[in-house]
Amino acid sequence: MVNIIKKELNQYFKGMFGYFFGAVLLAFAGIYTVMVNCNMGYAGFEYTLNNMSFMYLILIPILTMRAISEERKQRTDQLLFSLPVSMPEVVIGKYLAILIALLIPVIIIGFYPLVLMKYGALSLKAAYINLGAFFLLGASLAAIGLFVSSLTENQAIAAGLSFAVFLFTYFGSNLTDYLPGTAEASLAALIAAGVIIALILYALTKNITAAAWVIALSVTVLTFIYRRNARIFEGLFAKFIGSLSLFERYYAFARGVLDIRAIVYFLSVIVFFLYITVHSLEKRRWS
Amino acid sequence: MIKVNNLKKCYSDKPVISDISFTISENGVYGFLGPNGAGKSTTMNIITGCLAATEGTVEIGGHDIVEEPEEAKRLIGYLPEQPPLYMDMTPREYLTFVAAARGVKKDEIKNQVERSMVLTGITPVRDRLIKHLSKGYKQRVGISETLLGDPKIIILDEPTGGLDPKQITEIRDLVRSLGKDHIILFSSHIMQEVQAISDHVMIIAKGRLLVSGRAEELERYLRKKPVLRIRTRTNRAAAEELLHSVTGIEEITFDGEEEGITAFHFTADDENGAAESVFLAFAGAKRSLISLEHESMTLEEAFLQLTSGLDTYAPDPQASSLKTPDPEEDEETAAVSGREEDGIHG
Repeated sequence: MVNIIKKELNQYFKGMFGYFFGAVLLAFAGIYTVMVNCNMGYAGFEYTLNNMSFMYLILIPILTMRAISEERKQRTDQLLFSLPVSMPEVVIGKYLAILIALLIPVIIIGFYPLVLMKYGALSLKAAYINLGAFFLLGASLAAIGLFVSSLTENQAIAAGLSFAVFLFTYFGSNLTDYLPGTAEASLAALIAAGVIIALILYALTKNITAAAWVIALSVTVLTFIYRRNARIFEGLFAKFIGSLSLFERYYAFARGVLDIRAIVYFLSVIVFFLYITVHSLEKRRWS
Repeated sequence: MIKVNNLKKCYSDKPVISDISFTISENGVYGFLGPNGAGKSTTMNIITGCLAATEGTVEIGGHDIVEEPEEAKRLIGYLPEQPPLYMDMTPREYLTFVAAARGVKKDEIKNQVERSMVLTGITPVRDRLIKHLSKGYKQRVGISETLLGDPKIIILDEPTGGLDPKQITEIRDLVRSLGKDHIILFSSHIMQEVQAISDHVMIIAKGRLLVSGRAEELERYLRKKPVLRIRTRTNRAAAEELLHSVTGIEEITFDGEEEGITAFHFTADDENGAAESVFLAFAGAKRSLISLEHESMTLEEAFLQLTSGLDTYAPDPQASSLKTPDPEEDEETAAVSGREEDGIHG
């Protein structure tokens, strides 16, 4: 696995991707620090990080887009398949390399609050808790990006698709305000979501029985609960969409609160997406 | 070493290969011969664990490729049809990565990489980016990758594809020399190539293993007995009687009769001698021959006919006779065999 990490880092920092990612992230961290802390005079580094977190929308896809799609395009995935290394090892190795590429600029950003301390008082605890959450948010988005990269052999499509998914998680909480809040609409939307999940499942596994079960189960369970107590469904779909928003979870750290639930949420997202990435790769061997 | 059992692979229920079984136990060069799309790459991908079979098993050195992939893969060096190279690395970096992934010990990596670069002649370009190398060099980087970790088995999918004649000769020489202490399984759609460098030949067509035997026997198998055709005004019964009286001809077949002219064909080991005897037999009986023709096929034609004329595979009686080694030749022919019990000795 160390070997895979080394190879990935070598590729990141030999080309421009690793440097580009780090440079842009640092440049914006600098700009936002000047704007938020120096010009506007906010005495908290967490505001800076909160404001610049949307940069991830563009930067994380740049970091993850080529991770697996390029292996497919150059047919080097065949080499990985034929080497005595397991698929989880390959995926985790690649992911850790991405995390290291992300960690380097984050560590450098870690010096900013210390510099700011020289010019005024700010809570270091809040700043570093938020920086940790900032890193976790990036790590979760990177896991999603890695998975998206395993779906196509075209880097540009991988980047675009990751961007679209990230945009959804970014605006997810805002969108919920425009969703109908009635119980009937929520029921219909949740059933539709169940069908979409079933279709994705079918596309990934080509298992029609499993997909049919998901549809049948979501329809019966949802209508059963609806019959028993329709009140729960009021605004439920909006809540469901809102809960998918990774950025919303990150904002919970804004006041320097260590939100354990959010950390567990981020870690589950990472594990889930790495798991389906391994499956997405294994599937290619079986199809 | 390699034991392939009843492999079958289907893409959306359509079989691309089926019933492929063979056993390889001795060092040597083994050629997979077949036209494009015959299932050579699919078979190789399954043997190396890059693709899962729909049915059947592959054992490498006693390890099942699906059950114990890491142990099995350690014994194989594989070069797919398109060399899997990282274009933004230099050959040295690339080979170092592969060597480490194959579990070569840290202090040995440098030596092994060095040695494989010397063997394949890529030392002069070792520090240039792979994307700037010529196709021939890229192919050689791919081959040197297969040597790392000292695998006993080296599998090369069309190693000479797209190379110029000089490069082809070099790669062939390399393959032949590696065959002395490795099992080399390589594929090609060019018959002369397989004939030139392999000790054993397996012909694959339409997803089936048609023939498996020593290279010298390939020629004997493909070059079926010469066929002679005659046309005569003699009626069928009389002509057949005459033909049966001639010694040295076999498989006399009546082809039909048109306007009183009957046609036959038959095979003979000695085609000239047989032609003379038939002529003399008819002349002796005061019967005329309208025509007497030799039908000869080049090796290439015979190969094409064998591999393309098949819509469904019908077992050829000669194929099975080839698969069963002659008693005197037992030791050598046994190394490749359609039946597993033959492959064990030697």
